[in-house]
Amino acid sequence: MTDARSSRGPRHAAETTPDSRGATDRDLTGTADYGHQTGTVDLTRLSAASLSELLHAREISSVEVTRAHLDRIAAVDGDVHAFLHVSRDAIDTAEGVDVLRRSGDQLGPLAGIPIAIKDVLCTLDMPSTAGSRILEGWIPPYDATVVRKLREAFLIPLGKTNMDEFAMGSSTEHSAFGPTHNPWDLDRIPGGSGGGSAAAVAAFESPLALGSDTGGSIRQPAAVTGSVGVKPTYGGVSRYGAIALASSLDQVGPVARTVIDAALLHDVIGGHDPRDSTSLRDAWPSFAAAARAGQLKRNLNGVKVGVVKELDAPGFQAGVHQRFHETLDLLASNGAEIIEVSAPNFEYAVAAYYLILPAEASSNLAKFDSVRFGLRVNPVGGGTVEDVMSATREAGFGDEVKRRVILGTYALSAGYYDAYYGSAQKVRTLIQRDFAAAFEQVDILVSPAAPTTAFKIGEKVNDPLAMYLNDVTTIPANLAGIPGMGLPMGLAPEDGLPTGLQIMAPARADARLYEHGAAIEALLEDSWGRTLISQAPELKVSK
Amino acid sequence: MSEITTDQVAHLANLARIALTPEEIDKLTGELSVIIDSIAKVSQVATADVPATSHPIPLTNVFRPDVIGDTLSQEEALSGAPEHDGSRFKVSAILGEEQ
Repeated sequence: MTDARSSRGPRHAAETTPDSRGATDRDLTGTADYGHQTGTVDLTRLSAASLSELLHAREISSVEVTRAHLDRIAAVDGDVHAFLHVSRDAIDTAEGVDVLRRSGDQLGPLAGIPIAIKDVLCTLDMPSTAGSRILEGWIPPYDATVVRKLREAFLIPLGKTNMDEFAMGSSTEHSAFGPTHNPWDLDRIPGGSGGGSAAAVAAFESPLALGSDTGGSIRQPAAVTGSVGVKPTYGGVSRYGAIALASSLDQVGPVARTVIDAALLHDVIGGHDPRDSTSLRDAWPSFAAAARAGQLKRNLNGVKVGVVKELDAPGFQAGVHQRFHETLDLLASNGAEIIEVSAPNFEYAVAAYYLILPAEASSNLAKFDSVRFGLRVNPVGGGTVEDVMSATREAGFGDEVKRRVILGTYALSAGYYDAYYGSAQKVRTLIQRDFAAAFEQVDILVSPAAPTTAFKIGEKVNDPLAMYLNDVTTIPANLAGIPGMGLPMGLAPEDGLPTGLQIMAPARADARLYEHGAAIEALLEDSWGRTLISQAPELKVSK
Repeated sequence: MSEITTDQVAHLANLARIALTPEEIDKLTGELSVIIDSIAKVSQVATADVPATSHPIPLTNVFRPDVIGDTLSQEEALSGAPEHDGSRFKVSAILGEEQ
């Protein structure tokens, strides 16, 4: 056990390096030294937006920024285990971007900035395992569309992040390659399934990351690590090359430390993709512009904020409940009209989700058949191709994947289909109707992003049902296809760990999330006097 | 409690092509019974008058021009295969001896 594992609670601002965004950043411009080792400025502590300004002003190079983050990974990832693979090409890629910039090329706002990529996304140059033994070492023959877009915008892929196997889980404990540890307390989970991406950002190993959200896998890790994560409108970001869990629920989205950074990344990865038949053809506004407008405005004058009665449950952790209601008071005193709304069918959301998800997953995971890619295990004494498939899937899938594939097979089998899968699809309609009725009264909906702060590693791993209830607040948005954001809401008084606020908007109104999310973030930070992430305990750095 | 049995789980495992061990089947039978009990409540509100939703934002007639785009080469397609002969995926016998 290191000191960092046991030390928690607020630190004095003077002890921390500069905040990851805001006025402090501007003070840096013009100072002499941006070296990550010698100077007063640690490049890993800056937001992507601040790094962007310094890169564009040529005060720092992408190589310096990339090296600072690789050094940070080398120093802390032995304890955090956010990464399954660290790129060997990152410095070369950064050098290429620096050359382009020096030659006068006009580069996009995130050019030269490092990013971590959830291992569910296919990458041509790095293994893509989705956290599963069955894909160990597999290098795909193509890039996911979102990865291609990162490369075209000249971001620097740092590596692939850990996750629950095939994104099934809320704690990253179901990874075949060992759990990720929460940077706030290494004995605790970083959320899941995208715990690796959230932890990488929260531990300052990367300013940005990509996640995927099927029932909360971006928003819940954001909540428990004090970071920001967005699940876009279904169809807003391409799913091509994202190893599918449940195709009607999955969305790829941004993971960051600030709302503006998430918006900048969403602007890069979003938009229509002809390779994804569920991709929307909408012309999307600039989410970064929306976030900047919200941050500048710093109020919610005239905004109707709905509180979903059913997501403000008495069973939630006391500190989560307390911070949520303090946040509502803060919004009300800054112009918002708080309106309680009811969504009576949300009570059935988790049940519907755990029928629809396993059903779709059992179908999607049929492709892991030992023929075209991944593991092959030959049974003792040989056998038919079906025996080989069965032996391979037995050896290659973990317990949670087996549980959900069997559950999905059950839900889809003759005689049960109408009662289970058919009924779950009807519940989906009812939940969409609840949202539609709510959004007739309000502009955005808010709730806690997770019912508790980060729990201890091992605490729930043997109780599947308890684990499933971690996503009670995030699942409705996936069932309805609407966008949702998780952002820091303060530290729970009882354990000093981050709590998260969820904001939801109608389908296609992602810009509204960024505008009001940035305003709420600014108001909360003003009330704290600093960012939430700057209050995280220092990780012990190994040399 | 729902009436899920070990025989049923063994049958489902066969359908799903997962060679579960007897211990795994026992464990899963207990776990699935608990999970299914808690999710069966969807039928309480799923009345006949409610239409099913399979897709959150339905799109229709998603077409592209019928032209060949970028496709994988044979070498790329085979690059991740556990076994191949240079042009085809290689598998063991499709049919058992009794067939």
